[in-house]
Amino acid sequence: MSYEAVIGLEIHAQLLTNSKMFCGCSTKFGAEPNTQVCPVCLGMPGVLPVLNKKAVEFAIKMALATNCAINPKSIFARKNYFYPDLPKGYQISQYDEPLTKKGFIDVDVNDSKKRIGITRIHMEEDAGKLLHGETNEDINYSFVDLNRAAVPLIEIVSEPDMRTSDEAVEYLKALRDILVYLEICDGNMEEGSFRCDANVSVRKIGQKELGTKTELKNINSFRFIQKAIEYEIKRQIDVLEDNGKIIQETRLFDSDKGITISMRSKEEAHDYRYFPEPDLLPLEIDAKWIEEIKKNLPELPAAKRERFVKGYGIPQYDAGVLTSSKALANYYEKCVQAYRGQGVKGGYPSEGWVGGQEIPKVVSNWVMGELLRLLKEDGKDINQPSVFGLQPESFAKLLKMIDEGTISNKIAKDVFEEMFKTGKDPDAIVKEKGLVQISDESAIIKAIDDVLNANQQSAADYKAGKEKLFSFFVGQVMKATKGQANPALLNKLLKEKLSR
Amino acid sequence: MKLYNLTIHELHEKLKKKELTSLELTETFLKRIDAVDGKIKAFITITRENAIEQAKEADKKLASNKDITPLTGIPISVKDIFCTKGIKTTCASKILSNFIPPYDAHVIKKLKDAGAVILGKNNMDEFAMGSSTENSAFFTTKNPWDIERVPGGSSGGSAASVAANECAASIGTDTGGSIRQPAALCGIVGLKPTYGRVSRYGMIAFASSLDQAGPMTKDVTDCAIMLNAMAGYDPQDFTSINAPVPDYTKALTKDVKGLKIGIPKEYFIEGLDIDIEKSVKHAIDVLKKQGASVIDVSLPHTEYAVAVYYLVATAEASSNLARYDGVKYGHRAKDSKNLIDMYRKTRSDGFGPEVKRRIMLGTYSLSAGYYDAYYKKASQVRTLIKRDFEDAFKKCDVILTPTAPTPAFKIGEKTADPLTMYLSDIFTISCNLAGIPGISIPCGFTKDNLPIGLQILGKPLDEETVLKVSFAYEQATDWHKKRAGV
Repeated sequence: MSYEAVIGLEIHAQLLTNSKMFCGCSTKFGAEPNTQVCPVCLGMPGVLPVLNKKAVEFAIKMALATNCAINPKSIFARKNYFYPDLPKGYQISQYDEPLTKKGFIDVDVNDSKKRIGITRIHMEEDAGKLLHGETNEDINYSFVDLNRAAVPLIEIVSEPDMRTSDEAVEYLKALRDILVYLEICDGNMEEGSFRCDANVSVRKIGQKELGTKTELKNINSFRFIQKAIEYEIKRQIDVLEDNGKIIQETRLFDSDKGITISMRSKEEAHDYRYFPEPDLLPLEIDAKWIEEIKKNLPELPAAKRERFVKGYGIPQYDAGVLTSSKALANYYEKCVQAYRGQGVKGGYPSEGWVGGQEIPKVVSNWVMGELLRLLKEDGKDINQPSVFGLQPESFAKLLKMIDEGTISNKIAKDVFEEMFKTGKDPDAIVKEKGLVQISDESAIIKAIDDVLNANQQSAADYKAGKEKLFSFFVGQVMKATKGQANPALLNKLLKEKLSR
Repeated sequence: MKLYNLTIHELHEKLKKKELTSLELTETFLKRIDAVDGKIKAFITITRENAIEQAKEADKKLASNKDITPLTGIPISVKDIFCTKGIKTTCASKILSNFIPPYDAHVIKKLKDAGAVILGKNNMDEFAMGSSTENSAFFTTKNPWDIERVPGGSSGGSAASVAANECAASIGTDTGGSIRQPAALCGIVGLKPTYGRVSRYGMIAFASSLDQAGPMTKDVTDCAIMLNAMAGYDPQDFTSINAPVPDYTKALTKDVKGLKIGIPKEYFIEGLDIDIEKSVKHAIDVLKKQGASVIDVSLPHTEYAVAVYYLVATAEASSNLARYDGVKYGHRAKDSKNLIDMYRKTRSDGFGPEVKRRIMLGTYSLSAGYYDAYYKKASQVRTLIKRDFEDAFKKCDVILTPTAPTPAFKIGEKTADPLTMYLSDIFTISCNLAGIPGISIPCGFTKDNLPIGLQILGKPLDEETVLKVSFAYEQATDWHKKRAGV
C-alpha cells in the first residue's frame, strides 16, 4: 500500500527591529544576560506594553510579499502559560483575529512550480532563554536571560500543502529568502532567529481525509528539517502498517540520533486560555500605509530570478544560485555591468560574446564557481562587507585579461584566489608574479622542440597512431612554461609540429 | 480649626500667603498619623523622610513663587497599588511584601511634579480585590466614623486616611467601585474618571479593562484640583485617551439650571437601606430646587452587571496575576522540589483566599470549553450595559443613584459570604463596565451616624458636568464639612 505525506509548517521569524516589540530595549543578539531589559519586558507590576510600529511595518511587508491580504483590524491576544522565560506569565500574540488573511507563495521543486498556501501571518513577542547550570556549584540551578524577551516575531502558518520533505525544505528556503530580501529577518536558524515546527501526517494515496498529525519541534537547520520529516513519515507509515494508530502529539527531533521522540500528547497539551489583550487597543491599519509600504517593497527573489533568466539569458539553475542572496545577486549584476563596460581589443566582448559564451554566463560561471568556492573555504559570508574588498571592477579586469590572452583561464583562477585574499588588482598580481601568458610563437616552438626531443619514443608512438599522447605533450610543454603558454596557440603549434 | 481638618484649597491659600510652610504642614500630618493611625490603620508604609524632603523642596518653590500649583506642598497619601520608585509597594499582598519598584507610576510622577508631598502608602484589599480592606494581607483598616466598622474597599486605607484627617487627600483605584464605595462609607468625595482619562502605567493591574485611578478628597473642589494634576494622555499607556484636559475647577459653577438628571429605577431596589434611599431622594430634591430637571431613565441590563463583572474582571486578573511566580521579584517559597512545586508553593503561600478565589474563577471562565459561555458571553453583555448608558445619556446629562446599598458594615460581618460582599458594589460596577466617569459625594448620615454617599454618573470624558452637579449639591449642603471624631 502506498502512502502520501501531508506537511504544514509553522515558522517563527524574529524581526530585525532595533527595539523590542513593546518597549525601547535593544534587540541586539549576544549581549551579557539581562542587560537589555526594562520594567516592561521584565513584566514588573503595573507596567504596560506600547506597540512598536516598525514591527507592524515589517509584518505587513512579509504579508505583501506572500500575497496575504491585510486585515484592517486585528486583535492582540494573551496566550497564558507559566514558564520562567515568560516574565508576564502570558505571551502577547494574535489569535482569532490575526494581522493577515490567506496568501501563498510559489516554489520550485524539481523543476516544477508548486503553490503553497499560507493560512495566516500574525505578530507575537518572543520569550527569554533558560540556561541550565553545568558546573558543580550551580548544577541545581537554572538561569533566566530575558534579553530576548519581547523581541518581535512573526509566525507564518502554512496550509498543509506539502507532500514531501523536499517541498517542505524548498518552501522554507523560499520563505527565508523573502524575509532576508525584505531585510526584516536575518534568517539565521542556528541562532534561532528563524525557527520552524512541522506538522506531519500520512494517508493512503487517494484518501481525502487527513490522517492524524504530529507536531515536530526543535528543528534548527534545513538538513534537520528534511531528516525529521522523513523520519516521521516513515515512522507513521510503519505504525499504520503494523495496524497501529497515530497519536496526536508533539514530538521533539533528536538531531544526534536523527529520530523524533514523544514530548506530550494532545491530552497533556496546554490550555492557553487566549483572550483579547486588554492593554492594547485593536490594531487598525490604514490602507494608505499599506500602499506606501507596497510601493517601497524591494524586488523579491522569484522576480529577480525570472529577470536574471530573461534579461541575462542565463540558465534557471544559475539564476537560482545567484539570487540565493540579495548581496550575491547585486554583486553579480555589478560584475556584469563592469565587464560590459570594459571593451576589449578586437571587438570582444563588447559584442556580447566571449569564447562562445555571453558575458552574463561567463560572469555567472566565475561567481558560482570560484567566488562561491572561496567564500565557502574561508567561511565568509557574501553579506559581510569584507568580501567586497574584491571590487566588481577588478573582477571584470581579470576577465578581460583572459579575453585578451594576457593570462590563461587556469592562471586566472590562481590570480583570482590572490585577489580574493588580498583585494589586490589583477594587473598587479600578474606583474608581481610574472604570470603573463606566453603568446610569443618562437618561445612556444622552442619549448615544444625541447619536449619532443626529450620524448622521442612518445613522438614516434603518436605518429604511429597513438593520438591520446597529444595531451601528454601539452602537459609537458605547460610544465616547461610554468603554465604560462597560451593554450590555443600551444595546441595549434603542437599539432603542426606533430603532423610533420 | 485644626490644620489637618482643612481642605487642599484652604491649605493652599495659607501656603501661598506664607502663613504656613509645607514642612510645618507635613509635620502636622505626620504627628496626626502618629496619633491616630494606631487606631485607624490606614497606612502600610509611612514615608516620613521622603515626605520631609519633598516638603522642603516645595517650600523652596513657595518661597520663590516659582512653579506653584494648587498641590505644591500639600501632603497626600496614595494607595499601595501605585508603584513608587525606591519605596516598597505591596498591593497589600504577601507576594509583593518585599517589592521595591525601580519606577514611579505615571500618576505618582504627575503628583510629584505638581509639588505634592507623599506621606505614605495606604492599606487596601489585596490586589484591590474586596470591598472592606479585610482582604489585606497585613491588617484591616477601621472606619473613622465607627472603628468597629469597615471603611469600604478596596481603597479603604485611602478613604480612611482622608476621613481621619491623616492627609489632605489621597488617590485610589476603582475597578468596580473601589474609590466610590469607600468614599461613601467614609463620608468623603471619590471620583472614578472615564476609562483612559488617567494613565494606568505603574498602577498594579487587577482588571486592565476596568481599572482607573482617581482622587479621594474632602470636598468637590479638592477633587477637581487633584484630577487636574492626574489626568492626561500618557504614551506609555496604549489605552489612555489623547484628549485635552480641561481645568476642572472651572466647572465648579453651581449652575445646574436646565441640566437633566436621570434617575434609573433599577437602582432603587429591595435591600437598599431605608436611610440611604431617603437621603438620595432628598438630594434629588435639593438639585431640583437649584433648577435641574429630573427624569426617569432605565438601565435594563443592570441586573447582569455583577455577574458580568465577576467574569470579566476575574478573567483579566487571572492573567494579570500570573507574573507573580517567584521567579523575578517578590515572594518565593523556599525548599521547592522543582519548578512546578516552586510555583505552587509560592502562589499558595503568597496570595490570600479572595485573590485565589478570583484567579480560579477567572481561569475557569477562560478555559477551553467554557470561554464562549462565560468570558465571551460576559463581554457581549458588557456591550449591552454600555449601550444602556448611551441610550440613557441621550435623555439626560448625568445619572444619580446611591453609591452603596448599605452604610459601613461591621468588621467580619460579610467575610464568611463572598457573594454578599460582592453585592456591596452593585451600584458602582456598571460604571466601570461602561467606562464612564462616576463620583461619590457625601449626602447625609444614617440614624447610626454613618455617612451616606450619593453617586453621580456622567458621559464619557464629561467629568466637568459630574463635578458641576456635585459642587452645586455640595454647596447647598454642609455634609462635606462634617469630620469624623477620631
